[in-house]
Amino acid sequence: MNLYDYLYYIILPILSISVLIIFIRFLIGPTLSDRVISLDLLLTTGIGIIAVYSIHTNQPTFLDIAMILALIAFLSTVAFAYYLEKRERND
Amino acid sequence: MKTLIFKTASSYLLPLLILFSIFILLRGHYLPGGGFVGGLIASIAFVIHSFANGLEKTRTIIKFHPGFLIPVGLLIAIISGAAPLFLGQNFMTGLWMDDPIPVIGMVGTALFFDTGVYIVVIGITLTIIFTISETL
Repeated sequence: MNLYDYLYYIILPILSISVLIIFIRFLIGPTLSDRVISLDLLLTTGIGIIAVYSIHTNQPTFLDIAMILALIAFLSTVAFAYYLEKRERND
Repeated sequence: MKTLIFKTASSYLLPLLILFSIFILLRGHYLPGGGFVGGLIASIAFVIHSFANGLEKTRTIIKFHPGFLIPVGLLIAIISGAAPLFLGQNFMTGLWMDDPIPVIGMVGTALFFDTGVYIVVIGITLTIIFTISETL
């Protein structure tokens, strides 16, 4: 079993199942902050999938897309935290 | 947000992200990238800085209203599009230099058009986000 089979038959199914589980948690999350955290985790799992796909197809340019996605995920989490904090202070 | 880690990281992230955005801008003719994505990354750098240090400090870095960048970028794009007209060619024909410049690569009117798009995207995104965070 070489690296490509390992990535294709073990790592990608684990990531796909975890995307499904995180999405269920995103739907049922009781409060807004639960949903924000599950959205952040969803984007991080997507970055992992992009990295695995770029190794599998030998395309290093996909890693730049993963980097930009990580940047936007970080910014969105920070922005959500900022406005949650502001809303709690206003109430 | 008053966290020391985020504040320290943002002051290092600002020049790094602007450098990365210029890299994306220059690479964009044959590989993924270009003016739009580069402008988005550069504006993300300023937005992260404004979240960490407050809007006023970011305004002192930029020094002018970001809306002024929109006509400047449009003017650069129009000039680069209209430059072939003076040489008797059609509007928006690509003019290229004969020899590549080191580091930057081939320079042509497409690069100046992309630079115009880059400046317009920075101006629009910063205007929108600064206006939203002022009213909230």
